[in-house]
Amino acid sequence: MTIAVEPAVQGDRVSLLRVLGPAHVWALGVGIVLVGEFTGWNFSADKGGALAALIVCWVVGLLYTSVAMIDSEVTSTVAAAGGQYAQAKHIVGPLMAFNVALFLVFAYTMLEVSDAILLGDTIVAKAGVEGLTHNSFIAATIVVLAWLNYRGVLMTLNVNFVITAIAYISIVILFFSVSPWTQGAVLKLNELVTPGNALPYGWIGVIAAFQFGIWYYLGIEGTTQAAEEVRSPARSLPYGTMAGMITLLIAAAMTWYVCASMMPWEYLGITYYPLWDAGKLTGSPLLENLLFVATLLAALASANGCINDAARAWFSLGRDRYLPTWFSAVHPKYRTPYRSILFLLPIALAFAFIADLNQAITFSILSGVLQYTFMSINIIMFRKKWPLGSIRRGYTHPFHPIPAIVLFCLCVVTFFAIFLGFGSQLIAMVAFYFLISLWFHFYRYKFVRRGDQFTMPWPKPQGY
Amino acid sequence: MWVALSYACWGISIVLALWMLYDWFKVDTTFSEEVLTSSREGELEATSEKHRI
Repeated sequence: MTIAVEPAVQGDRVSLLRVLGPAHVWALGVGIVLVGEFTGWNFSADKGGALAALIVCWVVGLLYTSVAMIDSEVTSTVAAAGGQYAQAKHIVGPLMAFNVALFLVFAYTMLEVSDAILLGDTIVAKAGVEGLTHNSFIAATIVVLAWLNYRGVLMTLNVNFVITAIAYISIVILFFSVSPWTQGAVLKLNELVTPGNALPYGWIGVIAAFQFGIWYYLGIEGTTQAAEEVRSPARSLPYGTMAGMITLLIAAAMTWYVCASMMPWEYLGITYYPLWDAGKLTGSPLLENLLFVATLLAALASANGCINDAARAWFSLGRDRYLPTWFSAVHPKYRTPYRSILFLLPIALAFAFIADLNQAITFSILSGVLQYTFMSINIIMFRKKWPLGSIRRGYTHPFHPIPAIVLFCLCVVTFFAIFLGFGSQLIAMVAFYFLISLWFHFYRYKFVRRGDQFTMPWPKPQGY
Repeated sequence: MWVALSYACWGISIVLALWMLYDWFKVDTTFSEEVLTSSREGELEATSEKHRI
């Protein structure tokens, strides 16, 4: 098969390029998330013990399975760059859409910042050289990945597929290297997790652990940002997203089993590198180095996907005039939202140099959970306004409205858990979104061409 | 080695940042604003690709 690509500018129009398939969607979603297995999820052990980390692995897994199912249905119907932003615009309204786009940009930019800091810190920890700082590695991570994103989405996600697959395979190799079918040789789960220390803080510790349990899967919903660049959105998006979620559930379970069987919960809850440490504890230099490289690759894949997603959300805001249209420019050769990529680049660099890892990831998680709360309400409204059979859906998720209710309830629990650990940041973030909403409603919305923003050829919603 | 790698990272970052700024300037001065911002949501991009089997 040969593919002939004609010049990018067709007449007077230039658009994003439809070149992606389900594997790229998988690479985008899993690439963003997988870093959470290499660091982050283990802090839930500090909050509630090793068993709490396992409980939240499954319960938060349920939350994200609901997210993936709901997202797959709505995005296979509203296939546009901006993902949840475009969904909110068509289903709830402009103010909600503006907020959702900001949730997306904050969640992905702060996650990108966290990834870059993690990568820099990991290299510095490995080097052990006096005076060596992480700044140069952070700068290179953000700038090189921004350049890759600038040059085209196909190469960006091809790279993400390869490095995500290597990082994932490293977890599988570690799992089978420690004889998971035998306890006592390398793994000592029955000694490290006992009835006496499994839940050291009781059930309130399990609730508190939700805050970090999010890290197992944070970002899988990012697959929807590729909606305008996949060849067949109705097929590729549900397929890539659900395959990604299955992949992550397996990775999360393997990661917990290996780490909880090799490290006491007191150490597991505070280390920044649970999988790399597990590699070291096997005594094999090969595994140690493999897990070190995999940690770096997972951080790179995550930052790469985050740049892709944040830029598309920002680009979509410009295209609908929610922000100046200047941001909606598409590169005529590379077919990427190049101005949005360049605009967000110095912001990410600034946060990476001044913020610490905990602050950055807390802002990312907060924005993510706000977005998931919206999704639970969004799907209820979507099914009510456009019931099954009224419009064509690429995928219809089962058991409605149970996933939406489960998602909403788990979001409430997660907000409570975040409030326990980062109450002031939660209040500051909500206040920020409230003030920016006032600005949008009273000032910015007058610039929006109200009829132009609704692009889906749907019938009138029921009740209107 | 790590210190040399650190300097190399700064160098690569500066070179790629400058390249992106140059390309941005070149594109913005070559194409009109109407063309660059002509993308529309929901528009299928079927005309840009032709697959021959």
